[in-house]
Order: sequence, then structure tokens, then C-alpha cells
Amino acid sequence: MLYFARWKTVLILLTILVGILFSIPNFFTREQVASWPSWMPGRQLVLGLDLQGGAYLLYEVDRGSYQQKRLQSLVGDIRNALRQSEPRIGYTGLGIKDNTAVELRLRDTARVADARERLKDLVNPLDASVFSGTQINEFQYTISDDGHIRFSFTEEGLAQRIRSVVDQSIEVIRRRVDQLGTTEPSIQRQGEDRILVEAPGLSDPERLKAMVGQTAQMTFHLVDVNSSPEQAIQTRPPAGDMLVYSTDDPPVPYLVEETPLLTGDDLDDSQATFDQRSNEPVVNFRFNTAGARKFARVTQANVGRPFAIVLDNEVISAPVIREPILGGSGQISGNFTVQTANDLAILLRAGALPARLTIIEERTVGPGLGADSISAGKIASGIGIVAVAAFMIASYGLFGILSCVALFANMALIFGALSFLGATLTLPGIAGIVLTVGMAVDANVLIFERIREEVRAGRSAISALDAGFSRALGTILDANITTLIAAVILFYLGSGPIRGFAVTLAIGIITTVFSAFTFTRFLVAMWLRNRRPSRLPI
Amino acid sequence: MRLLRLVPENTNFGFMKNRYISFTLSGTLIIVSIVLFLSMGLNYGIDFKGGTVIEMETKDGPANIGDIRSELSQLQLGDVQVQEFGAPNDVLIRIERQQGGESAQQRAIALVRDTFGDTVNFRRVEVVGPRVSGELAQAGTLAVLASLFAVLVYIWFRFEWQFAVGAVAATVHDVIITIGMFSVLRLDFTLSSIAAILTIVGYSLNDTVVIYDRIREDLRKFKKKPLLELLDGSINQTLSRTTMTSFSTLLALGSLYVFGGEVIRSFTFAMIWGIGVGTYSSIFVAAPILNFLNLRNDTGKSGDGSAEKEQATPA
Repeated sequence: MLYFARWKTVLILLTILVGILFSIPNFFTREQVASWPSWMPGRQLVLGLDLQGGAYLLYEVDRGSYQQKRLQSLVGDIRNALRQSEPRIGYTGLGIKDNTAVELRLRDTARVADARERLKDLVNPLDASVFSGTQINEFQYTISDDGHIRFSFTEEGLAQRIRSVVDQSIEVIRRRVDQLGTTEPSIQRQGEDRILVEAPGLSDPERLKAMVGQTAQMTFHLVDVNSSPEQAIQTRPPAGDMLVYSTDDPPVPYLVEETPLLTGDDLDDSQATFDQRSNEPVVNFRFNTAGARKFARVTQANVGRPFAIVLDNEVISAPVIREPILGGSGQISGNFTVQTANDLAILLRAGALPARLTIIEERTVGPGLGADSISAGKIASGIGIVAVAAFMIASYGLFGILSCVALFANMALIFGALSFLGATLTLPGIAGIVLTVGMAVDANVLIFERIREEVRAGRSAISALDAGFSRALGTILDANITTLIAAVILFYLGSGPIRGFAVTLAIGIITTVFSAFTFTRFLVAMWLRNRRPSRLPI
Repeated sequence: MRLLRLVPENTNFGFMKNRYISFTLSGTLIIVSIVLFLSMGLNYGIDFKGGTVIEMETKDGPANIGDIRSELSQLQLGDVQVQEFGAPNDVLIRIERQQGGESAQQRAIALVRDTFGDTVNFRRVEVVGPRVSGELAQAGTLAVLASLFAVLVYIWFRFEWQFAVGAVAATVHDVIITIGMFSVLRLDFTLSSIAAILTIVGYSLNDTVVIYDRIREDLRKFKKKPLLELLDGSINQTLSRTTMTSFSTLLALGSLYVFGGEVIRSFTFAMIWGIGVGTYSSIFVAAPILNFLNLRNDTGKSGDGSAEKEQATPA
């Protein structure tokens, strides 16, 4: 147990050296590390949100509102299909049922076959799955002989729709968040219909929430001047019109045409600037070619009429068309501050979210609390380590000092491994490390107590050391493997901060067995060779 | 140099003769814990119950908890708790889960932000919606059960079945009593508490396995020794190690408890408690249970052969 071949010696020292090398960058700032030569390890520990501040936002696609949106457009498609047939197919009671289906009834049961022919394309085939090769439709429908028609979602079709909504949303969110200029946000899919946005080091989580969560569906509507909004509030809006409110306080009602002239999809670019005359922040936008042509046509035909720019069902501006706008660009001015103008420009450039997203879990930590936690963690672990080291030296003298050297090597290995893996250090993670320190000592205690026993049993120095190490090994392995099993399961079943804890615990267990057993044994062997003692100072 | 000893050499405490006292004590604690858990339940934090936690810091001077409470009560957010958190100008607000789905939680935070505005810094905001909280509770319970089961299998594999049963019984004992502690002290039961309980599971097993290891060794060495005497011997031999390790782990945890900040205080408190319970259960539950499970009859047969040659060291 106490003889080390040269290659083993080299290997042990090399392992610790590598550990020290990889943990060094953590003691310098990011800028300093960046200026080092490239062969030096440059990876630093990633600090968790709880330590450096930032936001953790878990979004879920609002299925209800997405289904409603899809069914509404299906209603429109059915209406068009039946009206456009020659002669018209009469129907009644067309509407959404329970937010899962669209139902209607034909007036004339003789037209069932015609209706089936007209409606069969509305099942909306989606891309066939590459693997199964079967065709998936978004909708399925039934037509009974008495003229009752029911369209409903297919399960796979809806699932596929939601999946692509998540993909598109991730793209849109990425475009938006990238322009906020925070440090490397991470945006990823979670499960079927969830998106996790993590932005470490962000100082203004509210702004991020506003930027990520907003649907940002912009539409341009002509204002209906033939009827007044007040009238519409008292009774109901005329057919083809809808009532929307402005963002002012109190909100001003507008009566606009339901079908938008143009939407945010027709935009090419948008920029926040200042108005040249009033010097107020405004947002300039430019349509793409098709949009510009359409905008020119509409403005030519409606000079003198107001139109409304609607963002997520709220009127942000309702200018009057003074002259035809042929260049395809325009300006939105609506009580912006510099930041709101900037944010709106970003939202318009990045495009609208395909569905509404709701926050189902939010954890934001301000930079102040993060800094406090780091310093508290540093102080606590420093004091803890010093206390444990002092206790070990007081209890085991020279062997205690050796175990402190091993403890130092252990810390270097833990930090080196965590840095190398790019693991995230969280507050529970620091607790895991401190606990490892306590447990690391356990392995040494097991060995040293065993040596004491062997000395008491009358063995010579060398044979007591040898027996102490070899007999303690089984115990150390059994004890640490049981804890490792708990850590691994914790990692697989835990989430967020608990995972950080599990990672540090697991790494700590592995490095502990190495440093407390192998490295301490190595140190003892070195001491033994140099001093050749007849009695052990233990 | 005189070295520090927590326990003297060659102790010979009669742990086993008190086994009925310790069993009564453990049994009572377990029953009390279960009764507490069923009657009072746990003080579930937002991770499992849903809701909002806001930590804020007043900018000028110490916070007036009474004023904050009365301002919040005007917002009609249901059950709202306000408490000082670590420093006089640091306040923790807990708001119960709002009715009306996921977006209702966001409206509640917006109201609080508007109410206090620029007079405070929001140091931390955590919102867990109803859906997520259910999933977290499920995953947490599953984690504890799965790890217990895995460990049971491992010890079964490495030792006799009595050891596996004894280790798991001792660990379950620790988990139940820890849950009882959470219940009676009304500590926040969160995801970190689950992590703390799992750490306790790990530590308690570690401690138990070390003693079991020695018992297994002694069983091979002293074939004729009465089991109770042998168990006492094994515990006494490892007593120095048991106390040393517990003490050094407590030193590390104690420093974390005192200096580690408010956020992880309840986490470290649970672990300190667990170290105490875990150490107790290894000695007073895990070891004597082997006697009840008729350990000798089984291992006497399997442990012969090479064991005879082993050099005996006096206890």
C-alpha cells in the first residue's frame, strides 16, 4: 500500500497539477483571462442566477388562445368556402364550440355532397412525418346526412402545430433578446410546449419579461368614420367592424374595420429615431415591396381618412392620411420614451410570436443580492475550511497537516473539474462543496483512526500504516458509493438549483476518494521514506 | 504534542443494553412526526404550493413591516405574509397563489411593484405557477424514494439482507423525523429542503455503512461472541471516527449557517439537524435492529473460510 511506482507518482502529481491549472482562471477577472496565451486553460466557473443575478423564465404556449385563433381562422375559411360555391351553400349556426371544434348546419340537406367536396381541403394537411410517412392533418371533420358538420383538431395535428409554434417562438425570442445586448441568454425548449429563457447577469428583468412575453402582433386598420364608437359601445359594432382601445389613460375607443389592411409580417425594417420637427422619439418603419404597393394603393384611395396602428389589440397611434404614401415607409409617433420607442422597433424587427406565451415559473435575482450571496458564500466556506483544517491538525498532528494538504488538493480538483465541465455554481452548490469538505475529512478520519487502532494492537509503524490504509479502503468506497448513488439520482430527478448541488456533490465525492485516499497515502509514503520513523506521531 | 481526542481511547459503552429506551424514543418521535405531518402538514413554500416570494430592500432606513403589511392588504391579494429577512431594511413578502391561472400571478407582482415603486430595490422575485408546483412536488418525492430504493439494492448486494433493511430503516427514520421537525417548526418546505433531505439520506447511509462495515468484519473475527456484545464492540471501535466526522461536518455546516446568508439558512439548518439525527440513528437504530433481524443465523454460514485466518485484534 505504501510503495508507489514512478509512473504512479507522476500520474498523481500530474492530476493535481492539472486540477490547480484549471482552477486558476477563477481567481482572475474575465478580461485578465482573455489576455492569457491560448494554451492556458481559460474556462471559468459559471455562476448561477442566484449568485450573479439575472432571470429564469419558464414560458408555456397558451394552448387555449392558440386553439381559439386557429378555430377563428377556420370559421373564416368555412364561410368563404361555402359562400363561394356556385350556387351558394346555405348554412346556419356556424361557430366555435368549447374551444375545440367548429360546428354548423346546412340549410339544405341536399347539398351535403357539395359541402363535403368544398370543405375537404380545409383539414389542412401538415408536413408528413419523415419517419412514419403518414399524412397528418390539422383537423378532422364529420358531415352527417342531416347536414350537421363538425370540425375538430386531430391530436397529432395539434401537437405538431404546438411544436412548430414553440420552434418559431424560440426564433422570435432569440432575435428580440439578442438585441437587448445582455450577456449570452439561453433560450431552449422544455418538454412539449414550454420555453425556458435564462439571462444571467441581467440587471432589469422586467424589461426582459416585457420584451419576451409580448406577442407584438401589429396590424393596420382603417377607422370606420360612418359610425361612432360611442354608439358601438352602447349597442354593438356594425358587421365587419371591431372596437379597440388606445393605450392612453383613460383609453380612447376606436371603431375600426375588422380585416387589417396590412400586418407586421409586411414590414421589412423598423428603427427608433427622433422626429425632426418635434424632437420626440418615434419609430420609423418600412414595408417590403408587396406591402409598400398595397399601402400605396390604400392611402391613395383613402386620403383624409384616419387609420389605426394596432399592437396586440391596442391602438398605439391613429394618424389621418394626409397624402398618398408611395415610398412604402411611415412613422409611428405615440408618446414614446426613448426606451419604449427602441423596444417597439426591436419587437417589430423581430416579428410577432405565433401564439401567446404565459409565464409559469419565474425566478429573478437582482445583482445586489447575488453579490451579497457570493461574499457570504466565500466567507462561510473560508471560515468552514479553516475551522475543519484546524480541528484536523489539533486531532492528528502531522497527519492532520498532511490531510490539510490533501484537502487543498481536493478543493483544486473540485474547482478545476467544475470549471472544465463549465458547470454552474449555485448557492446550494457552495453548500455542496462545504459539505464535501466535511465528508472529505471523513475518509482521512477513517484511515487515521484505523492506524491508531493498529498501533494500539501492537503493530510496527509501517505495518500499522499499511493495514490502516488497506482496511479503511473498503469502508471508504462503500460509504462514498452510497452517497454517490444519492447524488446521481438527485441529478436526474432534480431541477434547476438542485442539479447544481448534485453536480458539486458528485464531483466532490470522486475527488475526495482520490485526494483523501490516494494522495494522502502518497504523502504518508513520502514522509515514511524520508524519515523512517519507528513510532507514529498519531 | 498532545493531540485532541473527542472520545477517550478504548471506550466500552453499553449501547445495546439501552436499546429498548432508544427504540421507544425513536418510535415515539416517528409517531409524533407522522401525526404532526398528517394533522398540521408542512409549511410548503411556493415551489410546491405555487405563489410568489418577493425579497425587497428599502432604500432609506429600516423597513416598517407594519406599514408594508397594511399597504399590501389593500391590494386584495389574499394571504400575504411579511417578515424581516436577515437585515432591518430587508423584507420578505410571500403572496399566496392567486386564483385565475398563470397570468394572475404576474398581475399580483405588477401590483406590488407599482405600490412600492422606487422606494425599494427588488432583490429577488420568484413566482411558481400552479402547474409547475405540482410537477416539482412529484419529482421531489420521486427523487427521495428512488434514491432510497437504489441504496437498498446496493447494500443488499454488498452485505446481508439484514444490513440493507437496517440501513434503510435507519434512513427512513431520519427522513421521517426531519419531516416532523419541518412540521413542528413551521419551516418553509421548498426544493432546497428536498435537497437537504437527500443529503441527510446520503450522510446517514454513509455513517451507517461505516459501522456496518466494522460489524461485518467483527462477525468474521469473533465467531463465538454474543451478537449484542459484538455490536457494542463494533460501535465502540468506530465511536472515535463517528464523533470526529460528525464534528468536522458540523464545523463546516455551522460556518455556513452563521455566515452563509439568509437565503440558505433553513437549508443548512435542516442539514445540521440531519447530521445529528443521522449519527444517532446509526448507533441506536441501525445497529440494534440487526439483533432483531436474527443476523447471526444467516451470516454464520456464509462468513467462514478465509475469515478464520484473519488476525484478531482485541476490541
